[in-house]
Amino acid sequence: MTTDWSYAPTRDRLRPGQSPDTAFFWSGCDDHRLLIQRCADCGVLRHPPGPACPVCHSLESDHVEATGRGTLYSFAVHHYPPVQGFDGPAVVGLVELDEGVRMVSNIVGSDPGSLHIGDRVKVFFLDQEEGWSVPQFTVIAPAGATS
Amino acid sequence: MPRTVRSISNEAAIVGIGATEFSKNSGRSELRLAVEAVKAALDDAGLAPHEVDGLAAFAMDNNSQTAVARSLGIPRLSFLPLTPAGGGGGCATVAMAAAAVATGLAEVVVCYRAMNERSQQRFGQPKRASWSGGPATSHELDQSWVLPFGLATAAGWMALVARRYMSEYGLTSEDFGRVTVQSRAYAATNPAAWFHQRPVTLEDHQASRLVTDPLRLLDCCQESDGAVALVVTSLERARDLRQSPAVIAAAAQGCGPDQVGMASAFREDLTTAPETAIVGDQLWAQSGLKPSDVDMGVIYDHFSFAVLMQLEALGFCKPGEAAAFVASGQTAASGSLPVNTNGGQVGEAYIHGFNGIAEAVRQLRGSAVNQVADTHVAVVTSGSHVPTSGLLLTSEEVS
Repeated sequence: MTTDWSYAPTRDRLRPGQSPDTAFFWSGCDDHRLLIQRCADCGVLRHPPGPACPVCHSLESDHVEATGRGTLYSFAVHHYPPVQGFDGPAVVGLVELDEGVRMVSNIVGSDPGSLHIGDRVKVFFLDQEEGWSVPQFTVIAPAGATS
Repeated sequence: MPRTVRSISNEAAIVGIGATEFSKNSGRSELRLAVEAVKAALDDAGLAPHEVDGLAAFAMDNNSQTAVARSLGIPRLSFLPLTPAGGGGGCATVAMAAAAVATGLAEVVVCYRAMNERSQQRFGQPKRASWSGGPATSHELDQSWVLPFGLATAAGWMALVARRYMSEYGLTSEDFGRVTVQSRAYAATNPAAWFHQRPVTLEDHQASRLVTDPLRLLDCCQESDGAVALVVTSLERARDLRQSPAVIAAAAQGCGPDQVGMASAFREDLTTAPETAIVGDQLWAQSGLKPSDVDMGVIYDHFSFAVLMQLEALGFCKPGEAAAFVASGQTAASGSLPVNTNGGQVGEAYIHGFNGIAEAVRQLRGSAVNQVADTHVAVVTSGSHVPTSGLLLTSEEVS
């Protein structure tokens, strides 16, 4: 059996918990915008989002829209035991966005055997049947290529 | 006037150890397992339940201190701490006990971990429910950044760290596998180990299935039913008891920067184990000992590669050099630092590292099945990549 590496689940994924500190991120995904929290006082970007700036301790924050481009910092392929929502292996990337923060997501459309740390990736959004949307990434250039 | 205690070093000792058998299906309640282990540990020490005034447990343990106390007819407790972060909290229970004994909050503290972790609540299974839809706890929020993407197991979270560590130092799956091969060799000669008489080869490791690539089945600890308990009291009182004491030369907890869930994939550097380094720095400072003074180690092996990262974080090896340290036989019985001589959690049992603390005590007593000659100093760590803890235990000749 060959695995279809372009497959990514559009239903039954485990739903993310949300709080008033993090809801903007998921609302942004619903609008197909990748948002990064920013300290309203010192301007430092942070992800995952939270109630305070760990650098200047300000409680004020807003957010900026990311370019959606980044670099693969690490990756894993989850095979066993099966995780809810995924019929096959889950290719999971730890993506360092060009803005400097990291996030975990799926890498869609590549045989994981061809993935390398340093690959250039770009975000897209996948609407879920339950009425929410997840950010996903796809490789746009291999590690070492100029992009 | 009582004297002022400024260090817990050499104030307390582990004077009793007890355990159930290690299995895949105990057929008994978790509370019964806890009670059996506590009773065995007290018997080993030559103490009675009514002499216990402290019970220290993992916050994650399903058996409350009140239930254990009631079951054993312990009439009076003055000290009841719980430690956080799953397997990271193991040595911390002993640290709490030592601190209590050193400061007079309690005199005899029993630490325990009991679980039907294979037959009832398998930690290797993925999370099934992430969020109820109500106000999310900080724990649920931490998990929300990985669960929707199919990372819902400990192996999954740790795999991201493993890959980056491999990449940074040019390591291979075989480098991880040698840790398991060594542990299973020790387990093979330990009758208490689940994998007694069942060693594995590097080829077996390479043939084992991918769980979360780059981690294979034989990179992961097993799932076990069982319980272990430890009795801690003052070094002064220990000298009147049945066993030679395992002196608590140092005990510490540690939590590192930017901790998010397990593995903390968002932190700046993924190639070190900062929580373990924070623990190690305290162990050396409290005791005045250094890595070269240590005769054997019990290094928490939830995952093979985590042993390598902890050896580096504790200063036994330079960054990136632990794989070569293991490959050259330094963690074998004839090496400079025999590690996980009971077979570890990959070989003996997964009791959240508590069976490893008991092994360190046996090594200091000279009663381990894979006894390391002239063991006077043992280091023990709890689960890495979560808020963790550690111990330096010594025989009395050193203290």
